[in-house]
Amino acid sequence: MMLKIGDGVNPRPKKINWNLFFFLFPAIALIIVFFFIPVFLTFLMSFTNMSTSTGLTGFKVIGFKNYLQILKSQWTLKILKNTLLYVFTTLSLFNVGTALFLAIFSTHISENAGKFVRTLWLLPRITPSVVYATLWTWFTAEAPYGVLTQFLSPFGVTSKNLLYTYPWIFIILINGFVGASFGMLIFTSAIKNIPPDYIMAAQVDGASTLQIIRKVILPMIRWPILFVTTYQTLSLLTSFEYILLTTDGGPGFYTTEVWALYAYHNALSNYYGNTLFGFGAALSVFLVILGIIFSIIYLKVFNFKALISEPKIEV
Amino acid sequence: MENYGFKGPIPIILLIIICLPIILLYGWLIISSFATRMEGLKPYGWTLNNWRFLLEKPTFFWQTEEETPNIWVYTFNTLIYSFGITIFTIFICTTAGYAISRLNFRGRRSLLALTIILHSFPSITLLVGIFVVLLFLGLYNRLFGVILVRVSLQLPFGIWIMKGFFDSISWDVEMASLVDGCSRLKTWYKIMLPLVRPGILALSVFTFLSGWGDFLFPYIFIPSKTSQTLSVYLRSLTADVRFVDYGLVTAVGLYYMIPIILLYIFAQKYLLNIYTGGTKG
Repeated sequence: MMLKIGDGVNPRPKKINWNLFFFLFPAIALIIVFFFIPVFLTFLMSFTNMSTSTGLTGFKVIGFKNYLQILKSQWTLKILKNTLLYVFTTLSLFNVGTALFLAIFSTHISENAGKFVRTLWLLPRITPSVVYATLWTWFTAEAPYGVLTQFLSPFGVTSKNLLYTYPWIFIILINGFVGASFGMLIFTSAIKNIPPDYIMAAQVDGASTLQIIRKVILPMIRWPILFVTTYQTLSLLTSFEYILLTTDGGPGFYTTEVWALYAYHNALSNYYGNTLFGFGAALSVFLVILGIIFSIIYLKVFNFKALISEPKIEV
Repeated sequence: MENYGFKGPIPIILLIIICLPIILLYGWLIISSFATRMEGLKPYGWTLNNWRFLLEKPTFFWQTEEETPNIWVYTFNTLIYSFGITIFTIFICTTAGYAISRLNFRGRRSLLALTIILHSFPSITLLVGIFVVLLFLGLYNRLFGVILVRVSLQLPFGIWIMKGFFDSISWDVEMASLVDGCSRLKTWYKIMLPLVRPGILALSVFTFLSGWGDFLFPYIFIPSKTSQTLSVYLRSLTADVRFVDYGLVTAVGLYYMIPIILLYIFAQKYLLNIYTGGTKG
């Protein structure tokens, strides 16, 4: 049972450890094929002019031209602005803001009502994205059909397709209603772990609700807040599914196009039929690098050493 | 925890207001699937005609012409897709999770570090690279290829979850089994797997649900109509805005959501814990 790989004491020839092979081979093989090789390919392709017309063999290496084109393009700045607007507005208003609001208030009403609210907010997350997007396109449709215009018409809002008239408001709402539940669940369990004595003591001292939230609850859950903020920043930066399904970057030229969607459009689906794998890969490289940086930060935050205790049995 | 409660009705009113859009969205979905025509939330007459697609004669993809797949083909594809992802994920995550938790081998620390890094890595950024890999392997436009992609992207998360479950099991159980002469493999299969059943269940439900609702990967990597899943079919129904039959769309949408709602009701306990580890939106 004491068969340690690379153990010099044992003079027998090294055998392949079939146990280890069985347990690890499938995972490692898939990770290499669908993580490592794609990362590697993304970097390589970003230096080529590979596209539908060159095919996978007829391309040329063009050095940094794709990157230069990104720097020179008139759209880059617009898309960068869109991305920042999308990420930080959704993050602050929903993924952290609404999540905090829901967590704080759903834990301070009756247990069942609280559970109901949280279940309701999880619904958008578990709904297939295609169904969810359809719900919103109908919700925002023009007058006789749209639910929202029906509600707003007494306030003098005229018949319009609201999604196309105010695209950003709805892109943020659509993503926010999905995004809020992640933070909500994490904050809820953090708030439930606060000893009730702290809040009772504050109440006895005559603190108002707002004071209790600001002075007791928020400071005690600042660590989960930090976690949700960083985690969801990355997640929003790279997500484009709901935008693709609703406005698809429009209306008009790149009104709601974010970086990840721009990369997708260029690489795998554009209007001109000739998709630019190389240029799309160059756009993806920025996101891949951001992803690696963020992931390494998490590794540090997760406190790696505490997670890895030595196994007590040798192989 | 005892509820100490904030005073006054303001919190309740605020909660109702921000929950209202969700109730309206899903309320509309249900009403519209049984209505002849809708204006806002007002139905003009009731009908079951929207659900007519359920009466189509079931055929499978090998019997289907390229032009005319029906709802049963898509349902069958979606079932293969989500069950395929679930089975592969469970097998690979229970083996690798066990190895990382229990076996001592060179590179264990790096493998664990890698799992954590990949766990938060946004795999969606790799679409272009994965596309080329699939083309190269001849798996583009094949359900099996996309299943493998989805399993791989799910792995770091799943391994991480399963490792946690294996970690929580006492070493004594395993020692006893090994002293009795069981091999590592037999111990894993006969002793450890039954003990981590709650973890396997939670991961299965989570994986099945995310596979069932999946859109982007089938949409990008399976252009062929006969291997499409329900999500891509539903998308094609709404693609041309001028001719959308919203009665049909909502009925198909609701039909598509039935397994999700059922699983959600019966397995919520498991899901609530695992969703906090998810990476969506």
